[in-house]
Amino acid sequence: MTKITFVKHDGEKFEVDAENGTSVMNAAVDNLVPGIDADCGGECACATCHVYVDETWFPKTGGTNDAEEAIMSLNPDRQETSRLCCQVPVTDEMEGLVVRLPEFQF
Amino acid sequence: MAIVIIGAGQAAGQAAASLRQEGSDEEIIILGDEPHIPYSRPLLSKEYLAGHESARLYLRAEKFYTDKNVTMRTNTRAEKIDTAAKTVTIEGGEVIEYSNLLIATGSRARILNIKGSDLGGIFYLRTLDDVDAIKDAMAPGKKVVIVGGGYIGLEVASVAQTNGMDVTVLEAADRILQRVTTPEMSAFYDNLHTSRGVKVLTNTGVSGFEGEGTVTHVCCGDASIEADMVIVGIGIIANTELASEAGIECDNGITVDERCRTSAEHVYAAGDCANHPNPILGRRLRLESVPNAADQARVVAANIMGKDKTYAAVPWFWSDQYDLKLQMVGFSADGDTQVVRGDKSENKFSVLYLKDGALVAVDAVNCPADFMGGKALYGKKLNQDGLSNPDIPLKDLVLSE
Ligand SMILES: Cc1cc2nc3c(=O)[nH]c(=O)nc-3n(C[C@H](O)[C@H](O)[C@H](O)COP(=O)(O)OP(=O)(O)OC[C@H]3O[C@@H](n4cnc5c(N)ncnc54)[C@H](O)[C@@H]3O)c2cc1C
Ligand code: FES
Repeated sequence: MTKITFVKHDGEKFEVDAENGTSVMNAAVDNLVPGIDADCGGECACATCHVYVDETWFPKTGGTNDAEEAIMSLNPDRQETSRLCCQVPVTDEMEGLVVRLPEFQF
Repeated sequence: MAIVIIGAGQAAGQAAASLRQEGSDEEIIILGDEPHIPYSRPLLSKEYLAGHESARLYLRAEKFYTDKNVTMRTNTRAEKIDTAAKTVTIEGGEVIEYSNLLIATGSRARILNIKGSDLGGIFYLRTLDDVDAIKDAMAPGKKVVIVGGGYIGLEVASVAQTNGMDVTVLEAADRILQRVTTPEMSAFYDNLHTSRGVKVLTNTGVSGFEGEGTVTHVCCGDASIEADMVIVGIGIIANTELASEAGIECDNGITVDERCRTSAEHVYAAGDCANHPNPILGRRLRLESVPNAADQARVVAANIMGKDKTYAAVPWFWSDQYDLKLQMVGFSADGDTQVVRGDKSENKFSVLYLKDGALVAVDAVNCPADFMGGKALYGKKLNQDGLSNPDIPLKDLVLSE
């Protein structure tokens, strides 16, 4: 288990235990973190699992892949550390990961 | 008393989660006739069939339901609804009372009923168990005949072809994907499959199957095609019987209003089985898609919790075949003009459909940016000069109103 904190747009925090080998998106939906719709089930097809990774953590998430880049490119809320969290696997190195949620999903 | 959900599929899983998110602390009972907790059906004909299980199949971990006081009764079929007594009777006769009921029974595969259709080796693809059986039967070199050139049939064709099978797709209409897309997109996908070695036979209806115990041949009029296995994907039928037998209004699906309420009080319906009004499109629809099931489930949960939430979303869908991701927004048939952006020969393009100059649909092949553009700019008038240039982002082409 790896601890991940989701911080809502209004500052509310959700600290969850994520299972290694699943994705950060799975951890969010298993723990009712609001605002992660994940309609495509993690196929990188919907972009409804957008998060901002805390800067210090961003390199550890492995950086965005091409599919993610393409689907996020039009999002006006896109930031440097944006990720689609279904594309971020949970690993031991992520103990303490902090991600912030945008106000709206695209 | 409890909130009862019939069906343990995409809509059911989301409804339970949304009810808890909306603050409901009432017991929730989910009755599902499959042996599984809710899982992602789209993955079945895509990553799961292909054996790359990067995404998790179950929508939520089993622990979620126990932690959240959601009683998950799998292998449990609901047999009767009594809207006056507010009860559901399950197989075996047990009667369960509900405060609110959600019918989320989804749909089932349409079954072929022709000569030899009960032979072994003929499969349908709707459930996880169906796919497990198909996976067991698939092997490189074997001949698979796929009946029906819809999205599911073509997704299976791409996985089977990639796995080195000998693949034939039979389509009764004059083009594959005829029910869901334009002749141009049908031609593109026909060409894609043919170029990879799939035999695509259109205008080819199946008249029967032959074999002893197990299918060996598929008959199409006078022609006979050898087959080691057959996968039938000829559409679905909404599971509305439970509702209609209870006197709940149905017309191509269970009739619901914009709050997903049926004609019976305290009874809601969502997902593949529900026929709803879409205020954006200005007509009633019954959709077969995950976003539709999930969004309707969220609307049901909010309304059960006394919040005033209505369903109004532009339909969208996706399909993965080979290394191509098709993402669609809206219905191409709603357009009067189409514009192609990008290069079809490079398998990276989108087709925009406009009606009176306003964007009403997008088919995007390996162009997720145009798909997202379509979602964001639906209904907006676009400047038609420049529309075919993929280097100009769609949002820069919006005409001020
Ligand atoms: C192979 C495949 C690929 C797909 N690909 C995509 C895709 O790429 N994108 C997309 O958006 N959509 C896709 N779909 C469609 C999508 O899966 C459905 O629209 C979605 O599952 C609908 O959700 P639902 O909750 O309405 O129904 P379902 O998920 O079908 O759930 C209904 C459940 O209710 C059960 N049930 C029925 N009657 C009873 C009863 N009397 N008692 C108890 N249980 C009952 C059923 O067995 C089923 O488990 C695909 C479907 C299939 C089969
Ligand atoms: S869940 Fe759909 S893109 Fe992440």
